[in-house]
Amino acid sequence: MATSPQSCTAPVAVRLSRVCKRFGAVQANRDVDLTVAAGSIHGLVGENGAGKSTLMSILYGFYTADSGSIDIEGQAVQIKNSHQAIALGIGMVHQHFMLVDNLNAVDNVLLGVEPYFSLPRSQAQTRTQLHALMHSTGLFINLDSIVENLSVGDKQRLEILKALHRGARILILDEPTAVLTAQETDQLFTVLRRLREQGKTIILITHKLREVLALCDTVTVMRAGQVVHECATQGATVEQLAHAMVGRALRAPASRKQSTHTAKVLLHAQGLRCTDAHGVQRLRGVSLQVCSGEIVGVAGVAGNGQTELLEILSGMRAPAQGQMDLETQHFDAAHWLTPVTARQAGLAHVPEDRHERGLVMPFGAWESAVLGYERLSIYSRGLWLKTRAMWTDTDALMQRFDVRPVNPALGSAKFSGGNQQKLILAREFNQSPRILLVGQPTRGVDIGAIEFIHAQLRHLRDAGCAILLVSSELEEILALSDRVIVMNQGQITGELPVQDCNEHNLGLLMVSQNASVPSEVST
Amino acid sequence: MSNSASDLPRWMDIGLIPLLNLVIALVAAGIVVAIVGQSPMEVLSSLVKGALGTQRGLSYTLYYATTFVFTGLAVAVAFHAGLFNIGGEGQAMIGGLGATLIALWLAPMLPAWLMLPLMVLAAALFAGVWAIIPGYLQAYRGSHIVITTIMFNFIASSLLVYLLVNVMKPVGEMNVQSAILAASATMPSVHETLAHLGIKWSSSPLNLSVLIAIAASFAVYLLLWKTRIGYQLRASGASQGAAVYAGITPQKQVLIAMACSGALAGMVAMNEIAGVHNKLLPDFVSGAGFTGIAVALMGRNHPVGIVLASVLFGVIFQGGSEVAFEVKDFTKDMVVMLQGFIVLFSGALAYTTAPLVNSMYQRVRRSTEQRSKDAANG
Repeated sequence: MATSPQSCTAPVAVRLSRVCKRFGAVQANRDVDLTVAAGSIHGLVGENGAGKSTLMSILYGFYTADSGSIDIEGQAVQIKNSHQAIALGIGMVHQHFMLVDNLNAVDNVLLGVEPYFSLPRSQAQTRTQLHALMHSTGLFINLDSIVENLSVGDKQRLEILKALHRGARILILDEPTAVLTAQETDQLFTVLRRLREQGKTIILITHKLREVLALCDTVTVMRAGQVVHECATQGATVEQLAHAMVGRALRAPASRKQSTHTAKVLLHAQGLRCTDAHGVQRLRGVSLQVCSGEIVGVAGVAGNGQTELLEILSGMRAPAQGQMDLETQHFDAAHWLTPVTARQAGLAHVPEDRHERGLVMPFGAWESAVLGYERLSIYSRGLWLKTRAMWTDTDALMQRFDVRPVNPALGSAKFSGGNQQKLILAREFNQSPRILLVGQPTRGVDIGAIEFIHAQLRHLRDAGCAILLVSSELEEILALSDRVIVMNQGQITGELPVQDCNEHNLGLLMVSQNASVPSEVST
Repeated sequence: MSNSASDLPRWMDIGLIPLLNLVIALVAAGIVVAIVGQSPMEVLSSLVKGALGTQRGLSYTLYYATTFVFTGLAVAVAFHAGLFNIGGEGQAMIGGLGATLIALWLAPMLPAWLMLPLMVLAAALFAGVWAIIPGYLQAYRGSHIVITTIMFNFIASSLLVYLLVNVMKPVGEMNVQSAILAASATMPSVHETLAHLGIKWSSSPLNLSVLIAIAASFAVYLLLWKTRIGYQLRASGASQGAAVYAGITPQKQVLIAMACSGALAGMVAMNEIAGVHNKLLPDFVSGAGFTGIAVALMGRNHPVGIVLASVLFGVIFQGGSEVAFEVKDFTKDMVVMLQGFIVLFSGALAYTTAPLVNSMYQRVRRSTEQRSKDAANG
């Protein structure tokens, strides 16, 4: 294991030695050694579930390690909770912001560390301190606006300011760019470089390798709970890191079997537009086609309209403008399809959020396993539910899709993420859909289940189903799709056969600012 | 998740824990009784004897329980749709208004076998529509149903008083009440019915509405767990997102749930007006709508639990008045205190004992597993 050149010369800010952490049967961290030089930006990369977040949560005191030791700035320490971590000068910016939405920026920074009993006096002092911080770091936000009115980028800047205000010298950022536009990402990187000049140590958790190479001094790659690679970014390449990250060369997409797609268009949407509750345009004229026997992957940074696209195509909401043809049925914005008519038309939907939408958590598996299909005559006669049919079907589905444990009575919430997802897929596959919309099919799902789910999706495709796959995992898109559509800020910025895709050109399409806007002009 | 009550076996969750909570409530009340200088055992025994020891006491207990079953079921149906219906009191009043109006109009002309079902329908319809209004405001206008149902209790009460004083009160009548209903609008009492069958039973207000209560409990069970309406209602109550995904309109489910909930509350009219008073009184519900909330909480919003909890509250109501009558210095307020403790420990603090029971259960289970493992090895 190569140690980074800085750690020999510069003082060490963080040194983790032989850290182990186990959750039940899962070994999340196994003998992890990590050394971060003071005043550097250190990248921590790995696939989902590689153990990056667990490791940083141990450093920040959310979890305690089962074994191993932590040195901060040369002192051996025990970090039992985040208060201790903050006292040691560690700050963390979480992927999901820890802000109080109905307080303003000053109050959010103040919360929990009020210097005086008098609130106005505390506010005044904090405000002065924040002004100084904003000028020294370049993180400018409007201190008086209520947090819920701030943009995502502003909220992130506020989180960083909050950590710095609490005296953080070591700053952990968890997937900071996942929610940012390219422009905001550039701004963030400028700020982070500036913080490094001021002597702060920054640990960046990410799985975007290009960002690591652009910003970090050193990088540690984790896979399956272990450190598998550590190097200086100078001279490192994306391929080298990707290889270390996934443990194999990325599968060359061109080598996969050609699909038997017959070019019969089953889903044809045109000019879809919608705005959210804040009046922000979420879809700006999206048009797409999905043919029988093909998987169309929708790639893009999360929050660029993919969720709205799925909601509209599945009938959960109507677009402001646009139209759609499902085989012979035509729908327009005024007479949009509903989830009920969508299912009647043979359109099945595996929702992005299985907790909020895919399952009714307090229901038993046998009840969740008919959700959306409870009106079918196989599950109800008149108003009466055919509970026995529901039960036996659930049992059969669980056997077929290897849902464990095979217990239709068990509450939906008590299955693991992977098994919940398999139950949803089983339900949707069971009606032999002509068209399938799939959102994030393997988010938070363990490796074994991912293989299974991918195999099932390919199988359905080969049987002639038209599949639209939305995923924020580029690797998943590349592994499954026949054709890839890239979404960026509510528009389709590119469409190309999977053979022509690579991380580089997709990445460019996903974040490019000057997205071509032909659809904008046409309507 | 490991220390929540739901990891316990079902019999513990719905049997042992409520029983344990009841015992704690009784102990707490016993301590207060002892502090005021009475013997807790004496009070408890005369309470149980007064409520269950005689035909008359038992009949009164079941008469009270009947009303509580209706209001408890009303709260439960709304609860399964994710709504907290505090308006059972007002809905029952308006149900009483409906039943009385149709009886004043048609009872002189119709026989009882036709009149009583019509009164059931009228009570259900009036109370259901009354409950749909806050439901609509919640579903389509975003007014919180807890607030609106509370306000609708006041509106119902004022409306009832206004109508009784200004419209429905017969000329020359001093009391605020409607005219006496014709005989065909009377629900037969249990002791009369039993007398027809040749069984002697002491006279009491207990009437055949108790059968409506049993039927309603069964119907609610079927509705919620055996029909598509109940499936969609519960899905929408448990997860709006999942309901929308499944093509269920949550707004519609709110209306359906409130209509059913109100109709159930309206059945109080059958027990109180058709069964006992034979006229509309401004305060015939007398807080049963609120007791229904405690009943539903204690009965875990399940019809079986609600029936059991209603009987328990019936015991406290009936036994409590006996105790107040028999034991010197034991006033009605003490009974209210006892009720308060039961609601506190069984409703509000229902799950406080769960972690303790769970850790004990896990320990017992582990040690038996260990023992069986040892037995298998040896």
